[in-house]
Amino acid sequence: MPNTDAAVSGNKNLPAARERTWKDSSFGSVVVQFARNKAALVGIILIFLLILMAILAPVLAPYNYTAIDPIHANQGPSAAHIFGTDSFGRDILSRIIFGARASLGIGIGSSLIGVLVGIIFGAIAGFFGGVVESLILRICDVIQSIPNILLCILISQLLGQGLFPTMIALAFYSIPEVVRLLRSSMMSLREQEFIEASKAINCSKFRILTVHMLPNSLSSVIVSFSIGVGMKIMNSAGLSFLGLGIQEPMAEWGAMISAGRAAMRNAPHVVLIPGIFVAVVVLAFNIVGDGLRDSLDPKLRR
Amino acid sequence: MIRFVIKRILSIIPVLLAVAIVIFTILYLSPGDPIKLQLGDNYSPEQYQEMAKDLGLDQPYIVQLGQFLYRFFIHLDFGKSWVMKTDIATEIFSRLPRTFIIAAFCCLLQIVVAIPLGITAATHQNGIVDRLCILLAMIGISLPGFWVGLMFILLFSVKLNWLPTSGIEHWYSYIMPIVANALMGIGSLTRMTRSQMLEVIRSDYVVTARAKGVPERTILYGHALPNALIPIVTFVGTHFGRALGGTVVIETVFAVPGIGYYIMDAVRKADYPIVRSGVTLLSLLFCIVILIIDILYAFIDPRIKAQYERGGTRKKVKTSGKGVAANA
Repeated sequence: MPNTDAAVSGNKNLPAARERTWKDSSFGSVVVQFARNKAALVGIILIFLLILMAILAPVLAPYNYTAIDPIHANQGPSAAHIFGTDSFGRDILSRIIFGARASLGIGIGSSLIGVLVGIIFGAIAGFFGGVVESLILRICDVIQSIPNILLCILISQLLGQGLFPTMIALAFYSIPEVVRLLRSSMMSLREQEFIEASKAINCSKFRILTVHMLPNSLSSVIVSFSIGVGMKIMNSAGLSFLGLGIQEPMAEWGAMISAGRAAMRNAPHVVLIPGIFVAVVVLAFNIVGDGLRDSLDPKLRR
Repeated sequence: MIRFVIKRILSIIPVLLAVAIVIFTILYLSPGDPIKLQLGDNYSPEQYQEMAKDLGLDQPYIVQLGQFLYRFFIHLDFGKSWVMKTDIATEIFSRLPRTFIIAAFCCLLQIVVAIPLGITAATHQNGIVDRLCILLAMIGISLPGFWVGLMFILLFSVKLNWLPTSGIEHWYSYIMPIVANALMGIGSLTRMTRSQMLEVIRSDYVVTARAKGVPERTILYGHALPNALIPIVTFVGTHFGRALGGTVVIETVFAVPGIGYYIMDAVRKADYPIVRSGVTLLSLLFCIVILIIDILYAFIDPRIKAQYERGGTRKKVKTSGKGVAANA
């Protein structure tokens, strides 16, 4: 079996003896591949713009998003209120801008929690195997046996309402998925030669796990993260719609849809506009997730 | 084979017990005192005690849990509602068919729309038709079902006055909830079918069939589709199981008195016996659906079937390696 140095120097002897640029690094090649995908590029620009909008909300919002003005309630779009006003006379544009904070925050935050916890347990399961592994997998079985939205309802019942409890409730059901993804890629990595080689040169178990195995199994997790953010924004909107999750007067897109329901017949824009924003942001995250999958999977590269 | 089936059936029992315990514990630990919620603001300590005894809440945690598990799994007795004092099992089983209709027709709609779309996309890979199908599928996945439901109400009930806004008085009351609920699944099933078909179309035996001069139609529907269908069956089944539990939101939109609506109503009133029995029952149904798919899967896929039969009767067949890898 050739040692790793020989394998690396072998690359240099290839006929195309051009200089290695950042584009040849594993990260660079993913970036190049990703940038070729026009749809994904549009998606990521859209996400950046929305995040920017959430961060700059106090600067961008034309009105105070909690300011009640009963005289101008349920007005359609006009020059003064581009998206109109809701049933309390609040400016919908301002609420959409501030609502981006809650919606994106919950989506990204809960996916991060889910991915981090999932990585830890998945790595433990995949690396150690045996009793620990089957215990973790059985717990995943139990979590996955309860339908998603019902589990979210139960957990937000337990933790109460608000930003952080909602995040945890949404993060919870994504944990088993990440655990299984990571475990299966760890299992296939465990058998590969470069891990054997690291063992042979006496790498510590911790080093093998963190330096050699984790980075190699992250690609599937990154894809599931991106798609997960979209799903969670959608589910958090669903939870708010049911009256759980984010509460008034805080702005959240799902809660805005729910609140606009009563006046829907006379003022359809109150329901229409936040829904379009939810759909667009979920679409953007899905497209980016798809693009990432194509660029991270070497098999799909041309 | 029979050993596999029995083993698989037995394996869901501990999972279900754990599920029931988790659900019970979450609700037990939930803040908010159901007794106070029912008695209102004015009550004496005696009244409180009496109510606690009445609802069985004066017992320690472990006794309450034991009673719940014993009644649920041994007698299928879900107890009585704390608020309405009605028998929960009767209520749930009278509501279950409505949720079942929504979930079942949702899946049917997904199959009828998504599989042809997916096949069309795969056979026209990278063409205009393919791109259009992918785009439609992506939009379907990204639209929140409850919002689509509300838009349907605006369009078909308020503007056009074709369909009733809510309730289930007529058979056509089900149309909007089913379609709104199915959109997302249609999107993901289309994508799934497309990628499965593409994978199969690239495989060696399809190339061989082409080389032999088998007509393209036969290749597509005789060779490629049956093989691509196996993971699709799993997907649809899992989706059906999920849909049973996931109709909570859509039932709320259309005020369909199904099991999800019932559970959600009980959550608001802190009527925990309904919540725990309902959620446990839906999880049980979900597990049973998955179990049935798993067993069907073993019967449909000759690779898996062969594996179990080999294990049982020890036929002298050399493991082909590929089959085992496919199920590892």
